[in-house]
Amino acid sequence: MSGPVIEVSGIRKTYGATVAVSEVSFQVSEGEIFGLIGPNGAGKTTTMECVEGVRRPDRGEISILGLNPFRDVYQLQNRIGVQLQQAQLQKRIKVWEAVDLWASLYTKTVDANRLLEQLGLSAKRNAWFLTLSGGQKQRLFIALALINDPEVVFLDELTTGLDPQSRRAIWELVRGIRDRGKTVFMTTHLMEEAERLCDRVAIIEHGKIIEIGTPGDLVRRHCPERTVLLATGNEMAEERLRSIPSAESVTRRDSQYTLQGKGEDFVTEVIHCLSENQIRVTDFRTVLPNLEDVFLKLTGRSIRD
Amino acid sequence: MFRGLWKLTWLEIKIFLREPMGAFGSILLPVLAFIGVGRFMGRKLPLNSSPVAGFLRVGLPVFASIMIALSGVLSLVTIISIYREGGILRRLRATPLRPQTILTAHVLVKLTLTLVTMALMVLAGKRYYPINLNVPVFGFALALLISTWSILSIGFLIASIVPTARFAQPIGAAILYPMLALCGLFVPLDTLPPVLHAVARALPLTYAVSLLQGIWKGDAWSAHMGDVAALVLVFLICTALSAKVFRWE
Repeated sequence: MSGPVIEVSGIRKTYGATVAVSEVSFQVSEGEIFGLIGPNGAGKTTTMECVEGVRRPDRGEISILGLNPFRDVYQLQNRIGVQLQQAQLQKRIKVWEAVDLWASLYTKTVDANRLLEQLGLSAKRNAWFLTLSGGQKQRLFIALALINDPEVVFLDELTTGLDPQSRRAIWELVRGIRDRGKTVFMTTHLMEEAERLCDRVAIIEHGKIIEIGTPGDLVRRHCPERTVLLATGNEMAEERLRSIPSAESVTRRDSQYTLQGKGEDFVTEVIHCLSENQIRVTDFRTVLPNLEDVFLKLTGRSIRD
Repeated sequence: MFRGLWKLTWLEIKIFLREPMGAFGSILLPVLAFIGVGRFMGRKLPLNSSPVAGFLRVGLPVFASIMIALSGVLSLVTIISIYREGGILRRLRATPLRPQTILTAHVLVKLTLTLVTMALMVLAGKRYYPINLNVPVFGFALALLISTWSILSIGFLIASIVPTARFAQPIGAAILYPMLALCGLFVPLDTLPPVLHAVARALPLTYAVSLLQGIWKGDAWSAHMGDVAALVLVFLICTALSAKVFRWE
């Protein structure tokens, strides 16, 4: 990891009277997967398209690989790879033809056959685009985004509309891209995806960035609550558990207990209490908050609304 | 500048021929219709009565060429708007492909298909039409190339701005077909009232017809430099305008 590959400062973009993004600033470092997360319509795609040079912000500065994306767009396009939300290809173009066309557009390219193989598309080389499944289409778009061996890869809502299995396969591919030393800038409205994939995330809502950090950081900072679920037949348990200093609430339902507390040490204290009092438990689970909870906390609403 | 042009052109020809109606509708159908009409009329027509023979000798080939060129234009307009609506243009935009390259590739596809259709027609005409084929075939092909290129640039411009694929065909037809009535094919320009005459003079199709008819009849190119200049001018204006107003999505 070294200096920032992408620097965005204070960009604003309006469409008529609608403000799509305003005062958006962030940096993306070399070799990381950076995620812009937020609900649909929050301004993710607009921000990404400004960085790609496809859209020009009304205000603000963007620098990517030391270039100005709007002025140096053609130079930039040789060095980045792009996957767009809801893009299509010609219905009757064959997989290999698409890759071959893309390869002819760039000065530097990787081996097309090997790329198709890596993305599991070798068997579909001669298939028409319209016959591909959703997952195969997305893998083809990833192939097209990687054909020029780009330094930065843009992935916009990569797994939207895919089944969980294809989604997981695509996540593996994205990790592979990073492991080859490339920088990945992605958007998603799936918190699970961001949590599993991104090294750092920026949460965007109503066109403004409200938080930036690693997923773990954001959870620690905004959602220190921990929940422990346990089951025990020990009658003394309730009293003992209530005496744990960091436990804020203990609720009991027959032999099932739910404990809530804050801070890193809470779970340890619960375990310590159980062993000290020799309370035998038949079930023990911890529930940790996730980015979904962070989003709920920061915005007061669920990302799915 | 035009990186990827040949590959894209060749690819688009292949893709077009894979369409269920592609090759049949745009190449075979016109030729078959031409042959059918030829077989039917060839035996019955009084070839010496001058107006009909005159139309057969010069009007029909030119009319057929223009119709094929126009259907090429309409198909260009439709394809570009489908590409825009489907997000294909959006995807192409994020590559080093320039819009000029994409449009030029499609124009080349249409030109190729038009020329193939015309070549088949000439062959069919030789067999079925009792007309004198001592026409300058290469000169006519060149005239057709210039005319089609120019008319296609109008299609280019329409394609750059039509909002949706559903409107592409009707809007294109509404702009192009009325030109047919005034282009001099059916009614000689000199017999038009002054106002219509002036309108006809402003239509690019008029120059295409004049050029095609003249070359078919055996005129010298030097007599039609005005037509060529007008067609080139139309091409330049339409191309410049469409580069300005082209919409990717």
